Amino acid sequence: MKNIYKYVIILLVLTFVVPTESQAQCKNFAKKVCKLKLLPFVHDGIYNATILSEGETAELFKTFYSGQEYRISICGAEELPPVQFQVLDADRNVLYDNMNEDYSPSWDFKLEASQQLIISIQVLTSDELNDDILSGCVSVLVGFMNVEDSFDQY
Amino acid sequence: MNVKLLNIKSIFGVAFFSLALLLTGCDSETNTENVEDAIEDLIEEDDELGNDFSKSKQVFYSLPSPIETAMLMKRAGAKYNEDYLNSIDKLSDYSTTKSMSLNLGVYSADLSFSSMFDQSQASIKYLAATKKMAEALGILNAVDKSTIKRMESNVNNRDSLMEIISETFMNSNSFLKENDRAEVAAMILLGGWIEGLYVATQIAKTTSSNKELVERIVDQRLSLNTLASLLGEYKDDENIAELITELSSIQAVFDKIEVSSSKIEVVSSSDSKVTTLKTSTKTTITDEIFEELCDKVETFRNNIVK
Repeated sequence: MKNIYKYVIILLVLTFVVPTESQAQCKNFAKKVCKLKLLPFVHDGIYNATILSEGETAELFKTFYSGQEYRISICGAEELPPVQFQVLDADRNVLYDNMNEDYSPSWDFKLEASQQLIISIQVLTSDELNDDILSGCVSVLVGFMNVEDSFDQY
Repeated sequence: MNVKLLNIKSIFGVAFFSLALLLTGCDSETNTENVEDAIEDLIEEDDELGNDFSKSKQVFYSLPSPIETAMLMKRAGAKYNEDYLNSIDKLSDYSTTKSMSLNLGVYSADLSFSSMFDQSQASIKYLAATKKMAEALGILNAVDKSTIKRMESNVNNRDSLMEIISETFMNSNSFLKENDRAEVAAMILLGGWIEGLYVATQIAKTTSSNKELVERIVDQRLSLNTLASLLGEYKDDENIAELITELSSIQAVFDKIEVSSSKIEVVSSSDSKVTTLKTSTKTTITDEIFEELCDKVETFRNNIVK
């Protein structure tokens, strides 16, 4: 009977603690590893990170402002296959696809007019034969160049 | 979002199934059929999970953070005026989750604004106000005590302070999401967004050459769409439902602004690694519509900080 309680406790721990722990690790991963890749751009302070498995997708909707230089940085856990990311306009036309740049993890750009853009990411499927579906943390961070006085001042 | 649910659901499935096996194991001979049924149920559920898995897509809505808004305003020619910021004397008036969340966003925007304009004394005040609101909401633990100390000792160093505010904002946001308080995170973002818009409209109203600033204000129609989508995810929450209704009056004014845009052309530069998204946008906003927008924003913001 004691053993049963032991198993029940282990199962409860697995059920409730492990997912929270994974998310916490995901946050630390974004903070300690991914944020550095934004430099010299200043992180906008918004945390977008989650656990994705092979083949899964996520999308981020964000407004980008004219005259501002931005860096989008995608960062996936080491164990994951490459992460493809596309930047789409509001009509879902593809403006950038990192597949054309050997899955580059970042893209620097600026806009002539403010736009709402969609950053679409997908964890590619591993080529290796594996019984397990790989999963891990993926973060999408946005940084802006803190250059003052680039507009005409009045 | 779906994926998180799936993970929990599958762990529950395994936990439940294992528990069923353990319990039925005590009386295995009489319960063989039950175990078989449980296995069949689990297989059926797995098929269902497989379908969900292929369809799942997580969606994030990212609003401009207070830091980004403050920087955009400064670059657009805004001048600092503390009269437009929320008084810290009202701190003790905020006691509900809704008012504390919204005003944490408001004070975060005021902190970003004052530090962007190198206003050390004001930064210290707003730092104290955000700390108090965060403490009352139970999210101060999301911020290391050492971070607060770093903030206090870097209050005269704008770049360091902006970096620390950014980091703190990131930690609070993720802490709330991880602790199933995403609606609180959404209200903080809304508070920060409306305060930035309010300060911008107040400055624009009192500045004669305000073209760049008005353009930035009009740009907020895009963020408002994002904000509406974000709040829509929590519309079952009573506080959020109220805010959605109130925000619709601002949305209605933004809808009156005429905007026409050309298709985006992607131009890569050979000498720099920065791509330019070329497009022309024509915006027409009459003085009457601008006035109306300023009024609606002021009413909404004053309701929050009262």
